[in-house]
Amino acid sequence: MSSPLRDYLDRLHPLFAKGGKFEKYYAVYEAVDTFFYSPPDVTSAAPHVRDGIDLKRVMIYVWLAVMPCVLVACINTGYQANMAMQAMGIDQAVGWRGHLLDLFGIGHDPANMWSNFWLGFWYFVPVYFVTFVVGGFWEVLFAAVRNHEVNEGFFVSSILFALICPPTIPLWMVALGISFGIVIGKEVFGGTGKNFLNPALTGRAFLFFAYPAAMSGDAVWTAVDGFTGATPLGIAALGGVAAVQEAGISWMQTFLGSIQGSLGETSTLACLFGAGFLLLTKVASWRIMAGVMLGMVATSLLFNAIGSDSNPMFAMPWYWHLTLGGFAFGMIFMATDPVSAAMTNTGRLIFGFLVGFMVVLIRVVNPAFPEGMMLAILFANIFAPLIDYGVMRANIKRRKQRTGALAAAQEA
Amino acid sequence: MEALINLFLKAVFVENMALAFFLGMCTFLAVSKKISTALGLGIAVVVVQAITVPANNLVYTYLLKDGALAWAGLPEVDLSFLGLISYIGIIAAMVQILEMTLDKYFPALYNALGIFLPLITVNCAILGGSLFMVERDYNLAESITYGIGSGAGWALAITALAGVREKLKYSDVPDGLQGLGITFISAGLMALGFMAFSGVQL
Repeated sequence: MSSPLRDYLDRLHPLFAKGGKFEKYYAVYEAVDTFFYSPPDVTSAAPHVRDGIDLKRVMIYVWLAVMPCVLVACINTGYQANMAMQAMGIDQAVGWRGHLLDLFGIGHDPANMWSNFWLGFWYFVPVYFVTFVVGGFWEVLFAAVRNHEVNEGFFVSSILFALICPPTIPLWMVALGISFGIVIGKEVFGGTGKNFLNPALTGRAFLFFAYPAAMSGDAVWTAVDGFTGATPLGIAALGGVAAVQEAGISWMQTFLGSIQGSLGETSTLACLFGAGFLLLTKVASWRIMAGVMLGMVATSLLFNAIGSDSNPMFAMPWYWHLTLGGFAFGMIFMATDPVSAAMTNTGRLIFGFLVGFMVVLIRVVNPAFPEGMMLAILFANIFAPLIDYGVMRANIKRRKQRTGALAAAQEA
Repeated sequence: MEALINLFLKAVFVENMALAFFLGMCTFLAVSKKISTALGLGIAVVVVQAITVPANNLVYTYLLKDGALAWAGLPEVDLSFLGLISYIGIIAAMVQILEMTLDKYFPALYNALGIFLPLITVNCAILGGSLFMVERDYNLAESITYGIGSGAGWALAITALAGVREKLKYSDVPDGLQGLGITFISAGLMALGFMAFSGVQL
């Protein structure tokens, strides 16, 4: 039962408890403690459902579910960079990454998964590290000042945020973005569970509008200086699916994820692994995912039917919408955020449908943004409380009718 | 007809009065605590917009515009400098009539809206609607569409904000930000979401 770590933590406890020397830092102590051990306090009054599921487990599950995406993020970022370097005749990555890889004798052959992984890994890790440290700083600061706990919600926000950044993003921007997301998107409302927008997306959207040059365009998706290449979705916005295929990108490639894009969003397959895990553990709502999918398919079919002579996006079939851009990633990890999505079951379907509808709408009719997933989810987040309200009112009305009819029947 | 539908959609989403132009902020922030009240006010704004924008359009075209008085035999007269005061006067009169109607037929809504109904008179979204109408040279049909559309967009925004604020009742906002502060932040974040439509060409 007793272990050195447990003893050590117990010994430290008085220092952090009320009246202790480091009382202000109790939140940090508590975070470390509950990271290693489940909290001992149990519900004392009234019978309740016994279940091991708690916020910590939910969040850690989501964190685990994005791991396939992290793996693909590393491999694909490295693959794209190595491909570009090969095409440009460069045989070593510039800067410290190149030296580091040389040190271990790892080459730059795009056909070698191992070398791809390590190059991409060293692009992903700094972004994630900065996200984690800066975001963590804000979490702990707010927790210490406001006397609440640092909780695992931040694990999820940080990894999701890191995965939706372009690989070439400057690190100070990462720091700024996650700061905005965590502070304005979450902490000013009181922390996890109290916000109304997805914090990771809020930070991403902030960066997108504040520094469009570093967050969109053709030069940011491949981690090699001077290499420009549009994302398949960007190509599709100009010339439709035909142009994407002309550029040598097949549907299978977009499904597996060997295309340009933000770090972790390219692979639909990796996202689907995550989706399977989340649905199996019932952490994410299948209704939201089904709603998003349905909304997307219905809207793209509608646009297909309308057709357009000048806009090739009208003709894009739904299975391309599914694999291009951040659709799968957003549907599985972002839209299902239980805090910012609708809370009622019917509401979740409607909420999802709205996301799916909006994403296709933005992609097709808004020339300003080739990708629409981020803004579609934020937009639906805004209306989530209203959707719940509507569902609830309808429910109340139905009940009233039922009980009203019953009362009338009894009277008669 | 298609042009009018496009104009309507543009007025509701792309050029949302509250979240793209930030007009009508005072009532937007003050009366968005409850969804039902916000919805009531939103409908009132739609009605007022739908009446005042076309009314002002008529006044502008047949009385104020340069050469508008040609029908009265005065083709040289240009009364457009009287624009602002005329629009405000018409809006005030319309709101007065609307207030009396609500008081008589919907007393619950009338009481819920309270002081903010007369305040619609000086709501910048309402005057802004009329001024945009003049600036963009809308004809009567366009004015009606634009009036309803811009009002509906504003109503949509305030209802959504009320929904968010009802949800935020359960949040734990720092002391200094409680009330209006967090509402400002929420409205700003909502505008971020509404950026989804910026750039749409209709």
